[in-house]
Amino acid sequence: MATDTISGLDALEVAANEKVQRRAARAWAATWPKLLAVAIAIAVWQVVVWTAWKPEYVLPDPATVGRDLWAYLFTADLWQGLATTMRRALVGFAAAVAVGLVLGLAVARIRVLRAAIGSMITSLQTMPSIAWFPLAILLFQLSEQAIFFVVVLGAAPAIANGVIHGVDYIPPLWLRAGRNIGARGPALYRHVIAPAALPAIVAGLKQGWAFAWRSLMAGELLVIIATKTSLGAQLNFAREFSQSDRMLSVMIVILVVGLVVDGAFGAADRAIRRRWGLDQTLS
Amino acid sequence: MTITLLPGSATAAVALSGVTKVYARGPSAVLALDRVSLDVTPGEFVCLVGASGCGKSTLLNLVAGLDEPTGGDVRVAGDARPGLMFQDPALFPWLTVAANVELPLKLRGVPRRERRDRVAALLDTVHLGEFARRRPHELSGGMRQRVALARTLGLDTPVLLMDEPFGALDAMTRDLLHDELERIWRERRLTVLFVTHNVREAARLADRIVLLSSRPGRIIYETSVDVARPRRIDSPEVSALAAEVTDRLRAEVGRHGH
Repeated sequence: MATDTISGLDALEVAANEKVQRRAARAWAATWPKLLAVAIAIAVWQVVVWTAWKPEYVLPDPATVGRDLWAYLFTADLWQGLATTMRRALVGFAAAVAVGLVLGLAVARIRVLRAAIGSMITSLQTMPSIAWFPLAILLFQLSEQAIFFVVVLGAAPAIANGVIHGVDYIPPLWLRAGRNIGARGPALYRHVIAPAALPAIVAGLKQGWAFAWRSLMAGELLVIIATKTSLGAQLNFAREFSQSDRMLSVMIVILVVGLVVDGAFGAADRAIRRRWGLDQTLS
Repeated sequence: MTITLLPGSATAAVALSGVTKVYARGPSAVLALDRVSLDVTPGEFVCLVGASGCGKSTLLNLVAGLDEPTGGDVRVAGDARPGLMFQDPALFPWLTVAANVELPLKLRGVPRRERRDRVAALLDTVHLGEFARRRPHELSGGMRQRVALARTLGLDTPVLLMDEPFGALDAMTRDLLHDELERIWRERRLTVLFVTHNVREAARLADRIVLLSSRPGRIIYETSVDVARPRRIDSPEVSALAAEVTDRLRAEVGRHGH
């Protein structure tokens, strides 16, 4: 009996170990192609430097930039700049989410509104956000508001479009079933329409974030507020002072932030697909 | 089950009188239903049979209150809305099996504690008690349809409308679900209006079979099924009746030159 128990526990432990190993294998399978891609990019960069196409002070080699990036990580500049930039990004994105969700839902369900501004939302999305800055600067001068204005304008249409798309593609059967079991009016939105549209809304949020982040970077390069450092401002200063290694370091930080946030949206998307049973990968 | 209602004194559970439904307008107008009159007595199991495009689904939508008739009158007894089931279970993939079944109760404001007990009871009714925490995509087609049935029963409605609910299932699963549906119909004294193009299925389940013509949908034939329950779909009586109804249906389809 006692041995049975132990072997039972052992079996559990073995199973747990196998699970850990499987998870590690999966993580590795997902990671190595990315590492390889980074390695290839660095190799190409190095080869271009070796051809002496541009002088070193314009295009430094990866090792130099790597050393500068390491040093940059321990400066207050980076963290203050990152804090300012992320705060702007989050505030702007949050406002864009609020505007985009309300606008998207309204356009998706109110026929007159769709006829009036449905296509305008899509055309707004094609407007490069940097083209808004002259107007924004006239309206708000070189200020936080100018940046905020353009970030929201850049991201909200993408989010609204995600919502509209999500609502449009809800299978009519779900709406009929929902109405039949008593979901009408606001309850239909809460219990059927919103969750059914969620995958498309997450896709819209992901795209909205990309637009917000791009608008923000454009804004920080154009709208430099003297008292505040930011990633964009540091990028600009690095160019003006010909610190090309620092410039590339800042660019890498900007890229990494973008990738991390994108990864978070990707994880949310995968979680939804798993719940819905749309997961294509066998595990 | 014994229903002792005198003819004439019975208030119908579902009453259609002269119901007409036209889709679109002008030259492209389609007459989907043409002066359909039908009374379903409480506790009766009525099967509507017809070829595709005969307006069977339109009829159910009208009874369910999801659509308005162009002419005529649709009446459903009692306060509760009829429950509606489709060929597709139409379960919500973002909810677990239990949460799907719980939703109609939640929407009606049933208190949380009571909901939990009722969900467990409903899932037991369809023999899916162990699957409460699963997601719909983890279940087989027949199991999903049983969850949909449990969800619809949660409406506590006396009238169940079913639109080819077992049309997508294999024969074996369908047979089992026929038994379950019959049992639940008896236990809960439901009134069922069941649409199918499968004549055998109608003969297996119905108290009365109503035949609809195609375009426009019109009632062309009615027969009550006097085969004793429990029935088997492959019994000689059911087969004979199915053959008879099929002949009627063939004659109808042939007349329209399909």
